Amino acid sequence: MTSKKQNQLAIGALYGIAGLVVLILLALLGYILVSGMPKLSWHFLTSPAKAFLSGGGVGIQLFNSFYLLILAMLISFPIALGAAIYLYEYAKDNWVTATIRTAIEILSSLPSVVVGLFGFLFFVVKLRLGFSILSGAFALTFFNLPLLTRSIEDSLRTISDVQREGGLALGLSRWETVTRVILPAAVPSILTGVILSAGRVFGEAAALIYTAGQSAPALNFADWNPFNISSPLNPMRPAETLAVHIWKINSEGIMPDAKAISSGSSAVLVLAILLFNFAARYLGKRLYKRLTSA
Amino acid sequence: MKATQQLEQQLKRRSKAAKLEIWGRVVSFSALLLIVAVVVAIIGFVASKGIATFTSNHVNLWDFLTGKQWNPNITDANGKPEVGALPMIVGSFLITILSALVATPFAIGTAVFMNEISPNKGAKILQPVTELLVGIPSVVYGFIGLSVVVPVTRAIFGGSGFGILSGTCVLFVMILPTVTSMSADALKSVPRYYREASLALGATQWQTIYKVVLRAATPGLMTAVVFGMARAFGEALAVQMVIGNAALMPNSLVSPSSTLTSVLTTGIGNTVMGSLQNNALWSLALVLLLMSLVFNLIIRLIGRKGRLQ
Repeated sequence: MTSKKQNQLAIGALYGIAGLVVLILLALLGYILVSGMPKLSWHFLTSPAKAFLSGGGVGIQLFNSFYLLILAMLISFPIALGAAIYLYEYAKDNWVTATIRTAIEILSSLPSVVVGLFGFLFFVVKLRLGFSILSGAFALTFFNLPLLTRSIEDSLRTISDVQREGGLALGLSRWETVTRVILPAAVPSILTGVILSAGRVFGEAAALIYTAGQSAPALNFADWNPFNISSPLNPMRPAETLAVHIWKINSEGIMPDAKAISSGSSAVLVLAILLFNFAARYLGKRLYKRLTSA
Repeated sequence: MKATQQLEQQLKRRSKAAKLEIWGRVVSFSALLLIVAVVVAIIGFVASKGIATFTSNHVNLWDFLTGKQWNPNITDANGKPEVGALPMIVGSFLITILSALVATPFAIGTAVFMNEISPNKGAKILQPVTELLVGIPSVVYGFIGLSVVVPVTRAIFGGSGFGILSGTCVLFVMILPTVTSMSADALKSVPRYYREASLALGATQWQTIYKVVLRAATPGLMTAVVFGMARAFGEALAVQMVIGNAALMPNSLVSPSSTLTSVLTTGIGNTVMGSLQNNALWSLALVLLLMSLVFNLIIRLIGRKGRLQ
């Protein structure tokens, strides 16, 4: 075979592989959306789940997912921001920094089920928080921290050193340079990173099964006092999220329309992820335009 | 005299900015320390629980790793509990290796297509789609596996349809976007003049790809594959939903079996803290943790070797 023939053959094969992959991926997306879309209705998105009858919704699970996401983000963002600032702006290139970086890498590569089990052992059992939103939020924080730290550090890296030198030359301290000059410039890409990691947290289930629990007690959406047990804001109640719900009804659900509910919930999850993705791109670009003169 | 002393004090006192600087340094460093503390705590807690099977329940480590019977409730003829983790360990490795074997050619092929053959289509269609799919929750993959892959396997191979084959299919699709986008990054980091030099020597496009670009990107591609394997090894719910959850040695690819993660997700809630059944599960978690450390180590070794060349 001449090398020219070989070339044509190989490139044809690569076209085939790429086409096949696109087909698989599009079929996947299409299947989720097509099978789930008909199920989506206001009723489905707002009414509580039913254990034995069909016609239940995912209202409470959806609320739990967002509430857990917000709590986890509120806890993990400041920590990740501080860690990223120290790692990029202060840390010297020595063995201590290398060790810390290794530790963060290890945390990011841990299977989420291990993180969940640790959360179960430490928060649910040792600290007696029980299956609760708080335990779940901490578990999600651990799961989220390494990724968020890395993405914020990458954002800081994109800001040119000229800005740092400028700040220092004006007599600002390092910390002031970071908070007044670097962070405002990095906001758009930090925001993009935060939203993308929010998408991952939103769909996480393995870390939550044994921390936030697998049950969704009825909530009274008129009661916003966080200390009442039926209040949606109570952080000590068990809270099954949408992702956990899909797993739960597929492994032990007994309602007759379990499959339809899972399709609907999957579509909601995927649409939410889509939304997060587009929001990240759009907001990032928009903010970048507003905050810089570019 | 007094005035000069005061002035001296004033000059020597830390300025507000200096105090703020120290404060900022301390706060950001403690955030970093917190993360490190979390890592140490996770490893410490899981290890101490996982070792209990061997220290307080006196199970032989070798028996644990090579025993084929997983039945923590039952004691065998010698009065020892049946906690052989081999079926789960084999299941986990089998499913990881198989899915990586299937996913690698597809992922690298797609990455090559995206970068070398049609960068335009790659940037417009393939990249956004893969990036989006990286973010799809694993339970969704599991659900699709349950409602599409399992029935298809059942129709073709008979039996229940649950098993390693279905798990491999689900994991293949799940790690495909991750491995593809990491491979694409690896190819992107190959300098442009490598390709130009090769083409200038009269090599065809395929020869350039095969003999130059892929070779130069090998460490990055290997990292991508190992990363995908680590993800497959640690994936819990998607696998648990399609593997059938029978703690038996897998004797065929279409018979129900189990992995470390699937036994953990189904078992931990049904056992009492501190009992042998529970400790044995924690030992499985420890195996899982150690394996993820090993994957991490492999990735680092590849990275180091790649740098030296």
